Amino acid sequence: MALPFPFPAIVGQDEMKQALLIAAVDPGIGGVLVFGDRGTGKSTAVRALAALLPPMQVVADCPYHCDPAAVRADCPAGCGQAAVNGARRSRRVPVPVVDLPLGATEDRVVGALDLERALTRGEKAFEPGLLARAHRGFLYIDEVNLLEDHLVDLLLDVAASGENLVEREGMSVRHPARFVLIGSGNPEEGELRPQLLDRFGLSVEVTTPSDLPTRIEVVRRREAFERDPPAFTAAWQRATARLRRQITTARAQLPAVEVGDRAYEQAAQLCIGLGTDGLRGELTLIRAARVLAALAGAATVTEAQLRQIAPSALRHRLRRNPLDEAGSSVRVERALQDMFGA
Amino acid sequence: MSGPDQAAAPAIAEPALVAALVALDPIGSGGVVLRAAAGPVRERWLAMMRDLLPPGQPVRRVPLGIADDRLLGGLDLVATLAAGRPILARGLLAEADGCLLLLAMAERLSAATALKLAAVLDTGLVRLERDGLMDCRPARLGLVALDEGAGEDEQVPAALQDRLAFRLDLTGYGWQAPLGEPPAAVALAAARAALPTVAAEDAIIEALCAAAWHLGIGSLRPPLLALRVARGLAALAGRSSVSTADAAVAARLVLAPRATALPVEADADATPPEPPAPPDQPPDQPPPAEDAADPAEEPVPTPPLEELILAAAAAAIPPGLLAQLQAAPGQPSRARSAGRSSTAQRAGSRGRPAGTRPGLPGANARLDLLATLRAAAPWQRLRQPASATGPAASRPRIQVRKADLRVTRYRQRAQTTTIFVVDASGSAALHRLAEAKGAIELLLADCYVRRDQVALLAFRGQGAELLLPPTRSLVRAKRSLACLPGGGGTPLAAGIDAAAALAEAIRRKGETPVLILLTDGRANIARAGQPGRALAEAHALAAAQAVRAAGLTTLLVDTAPQPRPPTRALAAAMAARYLALPYADAQALSQAVRASAPSARAAALA
Repeated sequence: MALPFPFPAIVGQDEMKQALLIAAVDPGIGGVLVFGDRGTGKSTAVRALAALLPPMQVVADCPYHCDPAAVRADCPAGCGQAAVNGARRSRRVPVPVVDLPLGATEDRVVGALDLERALTRGEKAFEPGLLARAHRGFLYIDEVNLLEDHLVDLLLDVAASGENLVEREGMSVRHPARFVLIGSGNPEEGELRPQLLDRFGLSVEVTTPSDLPTRIEVVRRREAFERDPPAFTAAWQRATARLRRQITTARAQLPAVEVGDRAYEQAAQLCIGLGTDGLRGELTLIRAARVLAALAGAATVTEAQLRQIAPSALRHRLRRNPLDEAGSSVRVERALQDMFGA
Repeated sequence: MSGPDQAAAPAIAEPALVAALVALDPIGSGGVVLRAAAGPVRERWLAMMRDLLPPGQPVRRVPLGIADDRLLGGLDLVATLAAGRPILARGLLAEADGCLLLLAMAERLSAATALKLAAVLDTGLVRLERDGLMDCRPARLGLVALDEGAGEDEQVPAALQDRLAFRLDLTGYGWQAPLGEPPAAVALAAARAALPTVAAEDAIIEALCAAAWHLGIGSLRPPLLALRVARGLAALAGRSSVSTADAAVAARLVLAPRATALPVEADADATPPEPPAPPDQPPDQPPPAEDAADPAEEPVPTPPLEELILAAAAAAIPPGLLAQLQAAPGQPSRARSAGRSSTAQRAGSRGRPAGTRPGLPGANARLDLLATLRAAAPWQRLRQPASATGPAASRPRIQVRKADLRVTRYRQRAQTTTIFVVDASGSAALHRLAEAKGAIELLLADCYVRRDQVALLAFRGQGAELLLPPTRSLVRAKRSLACLPGGGGTPLAAGIDAAAALAEAIRRKGETPVLILLTDGRANIARAGQPGRALAEAHALAAAQAVRAAGLTTLLVDTAPQPRPPTRALAAAMAARYLALPYADAQALSQAVRASAPSARAAALA
């Protein structure tokens, strides 16, 4: 397997990196959508994430990555019974970052009858799919706007419920599938359905870096990486480890981060001002701001965090006037200006 | 395509040089987009490149309509049935690991296939999650995308163009035209061995990035590819590090064909890179024509290296680009983006698998073998003893009954494209053009809600003009409407003809066209452009009858201040719904269109 590009070595694209870090600290944030130009390192960043995340504990041999500290009684692999008998071993594995390849078929995504066992032994057994593999990790869909509609519907349903329910080929299987959905795409290839947009917690727009030094730095690092991946990775080892520690610390601190009444009020005002549909905007805004505070080592959520995360948390929730040429980002920026001053 | 070589370049003609560079590093460079009609010139070029490849390096051809199970891999039907357990058949991409792939008719490639190839090019792996199988295999590839496109609208999908280093255009070469003398295969082998050790100084990297930036290339892949090519050139020349000349040639080969803007002449205060964001560049600074014509002209105070490379690239930019940029200010690479959007449509409008269900295969349903096997699998034990009469060898291993059969349904989305045909003649402009524009804007918002596509045709003066090819980008539609000028005669027949032709093209793509014609009906220019009201009206009527014969769904909006019977007759001749718009009642218009759209849907389903 090829080495991934080290996460901290990605030049610029701070908004995207910030969103991915937030999702790494708090998987409950509800997915990240990365939309933008070609050749801006979308896929590189997501693939780099896998190497960055601290490993997790799972029950050995459980295809559903059961957490040894909180085994579910209804795990189809029988972890529940094993827990009662006290016969379970656990091991550390890297957090799964599952890549949903284009052209994946439904049976591999949700899981299906294990054909081999059925044909050779006449047994009816369930073979878990990609959703099971992504449990407690990340599911990455490149070119999410080109995914076939029936697969998109299915993914949305599972991502929202945290559970994969399979009813096919005479089988009825239910297993947990909580994952952070990361979608990336290029708006020129096609737009995303509005229902799908709203399901993503954070939405990031990536653009080509527009200053020459940054661009030169990108090319230089990429070139260095391609010439000698192991050496480049080793050179960034310390930075990667530092970031990993930051994630671990932030996870531990997150429950203690306070949100004052003032912050709630500001978040609500912001959403009212922008006319977002529903309350998901406020909820995500507060939640992401808490994570940012935890990442920064702050004890309370302040205006600074709200301001920093508001574009990512809100821009895809605005009711869009199709003929308005000013993008949603501009509208969020304007609302922030109005509220917090320049 | 390129002018005479710069002094710095090696004396190899471009086709031969590209062939050598692709053969030198097929995987690292990604490959080449080769624009040429199928014919002897292309064959000669391919043969030349093949001879330069290392011995034993295979070249494989990928047909256009390759199915996913052959491309990526899938269930091997025969082996699976014989063995009684699932057997994986490797896909073409995995089989071709280390190969150079020839993509036939790459300009017709669907966006979905292009993105699958792009993912493989990016990762060097082909990942399979299909048919109950999971697999991941190395697939390091180079591509030769054979582009037989004729116009600007037919282009290799942008996702692939971005990842292939070279673009070679052989359309101008006669069948005997020399393609150049490539370096000997031995020299190439030596260069291939030396390639990994070739170093590039920071200054070279900076210069290539800067050149890409000044040429309005947004993506960061082209400068990386240019750097790789520069290292290849250095290896070919037997140098251990990239020279300025190598970088200049690389810029000419890799960066110049992608330019969307001509380099703006650097100011005297040199150092700060001042370019604005690429979309703004052309309107802000209309590129000076002399710059392209005479790249050798040297602005002294700027860093010489960057200038040199930029000049080399600028010299290779086709002269047509300048005209294109000037013709469409504010919309850089408009033609190219039109090509992109049309490929996206092609991909979206084909039938998509919409799940499987029990049933017999037929015209609209294909047998889903895997699902059928799955359905049959649990019953095998029960079925075996019942039919175990014959000798074991002749007994089928797997028994499939009719009830097990599963079919895949395909769903074809009935995509509607609304074609607005706007009368922008003097008579209409005088009265109602602004109002008509307002009404169309309202309709555009409707189209957005229905996710329809829109196209905009205007006719005035001597003929009709397609202002906006079918698109889903409402912003573009609005913009082209806003720039719609008015004045001149009323070539109604030409307008209707053009609309009918466009509708026919849309229908060929499997989509449903809806025509909305806004006119005051006062035709005064006939088909051939000759003035005269009687002849013009006769021609308009004939054109209208052709629309009727084609069975197009049409709405005619009469924008005359006093609706006249001839316009109504025209509507009847084309079997159009007729709507007089005596007042600027955009709401009524919008409702009328909404009412005609469902009938179009019904027509699509029938």
